[in-house]
Amino acid sequence: MELALVIEKIILIVVIFGVSLGIAAYSTLAERKIAAFLQDRVGPHRAGPHGMFQPLADGLKMFLKEEIIPSQSSPILFILGPSLALFTALLGSAVIPFGENIQIGDRLVPLQVTDINVGILYIFGIVSLGVYGIMIGGWASNNKYSLMGAIRAASQNISYEIAMGLSIIALLMVTNTLSLGEIAAQQHAWQWNVIYQPLGFLIFLVCAFAECNRTPFDLPESENELVAGYHTEYSGFKLGAFLFAEYINMFVSSAVMATLYFGGYNYPGMDWVNAMLGPTWGPLVGVAVLFAKILLFIFFFMWVRWTIPRFRYDQLMNLGWKVLIPLAIANIVITGIVITVKELL
Amino acid sequence: MESLSNRKKVIEQTPMNFWERMYLPAIAKGLSITFRHMFKKKETTFYPEEEREFSKNWRGMHSLKRDEQGRERCTACGLCALSCPAEAITMIAGERKKGEEHLYREEKYAAVYEINMLRCIFCGLCEEACPKEAIYLDGPIVPADYLRKDFIYGKDKLVEEPLK
Repeated sequence: MELALVIEKIILIVVIFGVSLGIAAYSTLAERKIAAFLQDRVGPHRAGPHGMFQPLADGLKMFLKEEIIPSQSSPILFILGPSLALFTALLGSAVIPFGENIQIGDRLVPLQVTDINVGILYIFGIVSLGVYGIMIGGWASNNKYSLMGAIRAASQNISYEIAMGLSIIALLMVTNTLSLGEIAAQQHAWQWNVIYQPLGFLIFLVCAFAECNRTPFDLPESENELVAGYHTEYSGFKLGAFLFAEYINMFVSSAVMATLYFGGYNYPGMDWVNAMLGPTWGPLVGVAVLFAKILLFIFFFMWVRWTIPRFRYDQLMNLGWKVLIPLAIANIVITGIVITVKELL
Repeated sequence: MESLSNRKKVIEQTPMNFWERMYLPAIAKGLSITFRHMFKKKETTFYPEEEREFSKNWRGMHSLKRDEQGRERCTACGLCALSCPAEAITMIAGERKKGEEHLYREEKYAAVYEINMLRCIFCGLCEEACPKEAIYLDGPIVPADYLRKDFIYGKDKLVEEPLK
């Protein structure tokens, strides 16, 4: 019995690991393709049909490139930076419920690596750790631009984490639990949290963009003012690790948004589908639905990137401290009032 | 000071109202514009397989012309090399021997004629300078290559095909 549990968890971990890496790899292609489509171009199309093998070619290129460690840098920290960024990015998907329990034989297999009861706090902790990779990398490069990028990344992430946390508090008042598994299960069929928390979702979305360093919040790596910011001095696979970490972060935050606000694996009419397909194949439809939501969010990330120009630094801080945090607090107050009135009635 | 052209227009800038300061409507508008571009006709020409249309006076790769009887027109006077602002053209003159009258039109001809395509700026001054109408920039785009030495084009690549 114990052995079966270990095997099932290992299989799940390997699958999720592979899926995260695969989605991150193909996000690079999707990014270039979507950029091209939005600009009336075709995008990469030489490597394989419609450029399907472009990520492989890019990855191979990253591996084969010369690795340069600047002589003025501190080598250990220089290597630690991208490793930490990739490591923390991959940790996040551990608590995401990818589907309902699947029945295999007479075993119920939960499609979640671990359902710890502080799942959201865990994700927040991992996200805060993620900025260390960027900071250490930028600092170890011993380059003014990299340092500027690192400083920007740190201050930006700290500022937006506050608003993000506050927007989550309002959600927790609705759900009464921190466990992602339970939050997903509560949003059965169409009872998605975004219906109860539209403002909270908006704040969370903006903060997620900022946490992932995506446009319009890509100040840490603004290529035209900081020559790529914190990864200016990086080359070869270490650069690849930084870029990969960004795309994995995007995948994880899309999954978190889909789980917290858009019902995760739930979809209208899921009871009927589950009754039709049985307890083994029914939940797999839910998994597909969750991944469709995740891919939609990733598309949204890219769509916004090629639409909105970058914020100026003071605008970024204005938005974070003077707009999002007051809005998030107002959201908490409104949610509290509504809950209290409902209980009194 | 009064502007002389009188075309100066003072644009009134009203402070943004609440709806505009929310930015969200503007962002949604921008997103809808970019989304509509996804389905527009793509501008890409797939270059090596297909070429875009060039204008009639487009200047491409050089070609050294022959006359009606298939003889090389160039007489190696060096005016093209002299007029070249990028100093891309060099040549070595040779004297026409007896029995070579069907190959070269004048008594002097270019034994070696080289254009460095990396130096050439395709200004067309060589074409204008040539008194013998021997050089024209009427070819295709100069193709890419891997080595610098391969961009120095000799007579083998520049002279027109002989008449049949």
